Amino acid sequence: MTDTSPRTTGPGAGEAVGAASGNAVAGGADLVLTGVTKRFTDFVAVDNLDLTVPQGSFFALLGPSGCGKTTTLRMVAGLETPTEGEIRLAGQDITHLKPYRRPVNTVFQSYALFPHLTIFENVAFGLRRQGKPDVDAAVAAMLDLVELSDLASRRPAQLSGGQQQRVALARALINRPQVLLLDEPLGALDLKLRRQMQIELKRIQTDVGITFVHVTHDQEEAMTMADTVAVMNRGVIEQMGAPMDLYEHPMTTFVANFLGQSNLIGGRVLGSDGADLEVEVHGTRLRVPRSRGAQDTGEVWVGIRPEKVQVCAPGSADDGPRSRLAGGVITDASFIGVSTQYLARMPWGQELMAFEQNTGAHEQFRVGDHVELRWVPEHTFLLDADQDANAGVERVDEG
Amino acid sequence: MTTVASGRSSIGKWIGDHLIMGIGLLVLLYMFTPIFIVVLMSFNDPASRIGYSFDGFTLHNWLNPCEPNGMCDAVVLSVQIGLAATLGATFLGTLMAFALVRHRFRGRAVANVFTFLPMASPEIVMGSSLLALFVTAGFAGVLGFWTILVAHIMFCLSFVVVTVKARLAGLDPRLEQAAMDLYANEWQTFRRVTLPLVFPGILAAALLSFSLSFDDFIITNLNSGQAVTFPMYVWGANQRGIPPQINVIGTAMFLIALITVLAGELGRRRRG
Repeated sequence: MTDTSPRTTGPGAGEAVGAASGNAVAGGADLVLTGVTKRFTDFVAVDNLDLTVPQGSFFALLGPSGCGKTTTLRMVAGLETPTEGEIRLAGQDITHLKPYRRPVNTVFQSYALFPHLTIFENVAFGLRRQGKPDVDAAVAAMLDLVELSDLASRRPAQLSGGQQQRVALARALINRPQVLLLDEPLGALDLKLRRQMQIELKRIQTDVGITFVHVTHDQEEAMTMADTVAVMNRGVIEQMGAPMDLYEHPMTTFVANFLGQSNLIGGRVLGSDGADLEVEVHGTRLRVPRSRGAQDTGEVWVGIRPEKVQVCAPGSADDGPRSRLAGGVITDASFIGVSTQYLARMPWGQELMAFEQNTGAHEQFRVGDHVELRWVPEHTFLLDADQDANAGVERVDEG
Repeated sequence: MTTVASGRSSIGKWIGDHLIMGIGLLVLLYMFTPIFIVVLMSFNDPASRIGYSFDGFTLHNWLNPCEPNGMCDAVVLSVQIGLAATLGATFLGTLMAFALVRHRFRGRAVANVFTFLPMASPEIVMGSSLLALFVTAGFAGVLGFWTILVAHIMFCLSFVVVTVKARLAGLDPRLEQAAMDLYANEWQTFRRVTLPLVFPGILAAALLSFSLSFDDFIITNLNSGQAVTFPMYVWGANQRGIPPQINVIGTAMFLIALITVLAGELGRRRRG
C-alpha cells in the first residue's frame, strides 16, 4: 500500500522514548517482532509485521477494530501463535513459549477478573502460581498503590468499573513483568473516568518503568499517553512515531484521517523551486516546503488540518506568508464553545473544514458568507494521490 | 382525564401488589400440598392395612422405620444405585460437556443432538429396549444391581451433559486465558479457575442425577431381575396397602433435599 517503513520513527519518538527509559539499559529488554504474520482460515489479521518496542517505553498500537492490533497483542502474550515470524523479548525467542512462561502480563479488555476470588486473591494469583514468598506484603503494597486496600476482601462483582480496572492493573503489575500489555483497558469506562485513568496509568508507568504496550482505537487516548504510537490498518503498521510527529507529518491518508481530521484536496506538483514545491490545486498555485511532502511529483493529495485553516473575508490583510484558496462559501457554521467549526464549499464543489478558536480575535462568519481559506504554508502536507482520500474516516466511536 | 388515568394506574398497582402475590401463594400451595400430605401421613396411625385416611397421630412410624418387611433393604439398594449412578454419570457427563463446549471436532453438532435423544425418548420404550439389549447380550440371568446401574448412568448422562454444558458455555474463556497469563499452567488453570467456576453446574448435575436415579421406576422395573428398589417396593406395597413408613422415608428424603439446598444457598451467600 505505501512504502512507509514501519520501523521509521520520527525524530521526536527517539527523544520521548529516551526520556521515559530513564536509567534502563538501552536496548537491553526491547520487545522485537520480526516478520510476524497471523493468518486465520479466511483472512490475514497481521501481515508481515516488524516492530521494535524499546524497553521502558509507553507504546500504543492504534487502529480501528479489526486492524490486527489485538491479535498482535495476543501473540506477544502467547494467547495466539504467529503463523510466521519471530517475537523476541530481551533477546530471547518467545514466539512459541506458553503464556505462563513469558515475563509478560496482560490487562484484559473488560478485565477478566476471577469472579470466585476476592480482590486480594485476584491480585495474589500470579505470585502464588510462581511460588513467590511474602505474597501478603506484596499484595498489600500493590493494593495500596492502586488505592484499593479497603476493598481487599470484596469480590469483583461488588466493585465499580473503575475499581475493577485498577484491580486488573494491580493483578498484572504485581508480577513486575518485562512488558505489560493493555488491551483497550479503558474502553468500558465513562469519559470522565477514562481521562482520570489515562493520567493515572501514565503516572504508574513512569513510576514502575515497565514497558507498556497499549492497544486502543481511541486516537486521543493513544496520543495523550504514549511515547510512541504505531497506527495499524489492515494488519500492517501505516506509520509509527511520537504523537506530535504523527499528527503533524502524516504519511498516508489513513493516518491523516484516523489521527484527527484532515482536508485532502486533489492537486498536482508542477515543479520545485529550491526548498519549496509548487503545487497546483484546482487552478490555484500553492508553495509547499519540500520536507512536508510524502510525495514530490505528479498527482498528490494536498492536506491541511482544519484547525490550521483561517477563515477570512476576501481581500483582508495577512500578517505573514499564507497559502490561499479563494472563492469559498460558508455552508455550515457550528458554534461549539471553545471553537467554531466551519464548512466552506469551494468552487470545485468540495467542502473543506476549518476550526477557529473563539478567541474573539477573528470575525465570525455565517452561512452564505463568501470567504477565503488561508494557512501557513509550512502546515501543508502532500500525500500520494493513489490512496483513498477517505481511508480511516469512518472512525467507530465506541466511547 | 388525569384522575381517571391515575385511578386506573393505582388499581393496576394494587393488582400488581396483591393479586399477583395471591396467585403466587396459591400456586405454591398447589405445589406443596402433596408434600404436606406425605409429612402428615408419616405420623399416621392407620386403623386398617389400607391406610389412605388419617386415623390418629403417632411417632411409632418414625421410631420404627424399618418395620415393614424388606423396605429398608429396598431403600439401601436405591441409595447405593443412586450414589454409584451419580458418580458415574457426573464424571462421564462432565467430560462430555467439556469436549462438546471446548473442542471443535467432526461430528460435534451431531453429538450435541444425540445427547438430547435419551431425554426426549419415552422411558417405557427405553426400558424395554434396554431389556432387549441385556437379554440379547446374554445378561438375562444376571439382571439386578449392575444392569440397573448401567441403565441409570445412561439416562442420567444427558441431564449432566446439558447442565454442565450450560455452565461451561457461560464461562468467559478470557478467565482461563488470564490465569495462563498469570503463570498458571494448564492443570493449575483448571484447578484454580475452571473447576471452581464450573463446580456449581457439576453439583447441580450430581443432585439431579441422584434424584432421577432414586426416583426411577419404569426403566428400573424392566431391568431389575430379582432386585427391588424403593420405588418398586412402594409399587408392590400399594397392591396390599401402603405402610405409613413409606411416608417416613419420603419425608426424610424431602428434608435431606431441603437441607442440601439451604446449605448451598447459605454457602453461596457467605461467599458473596
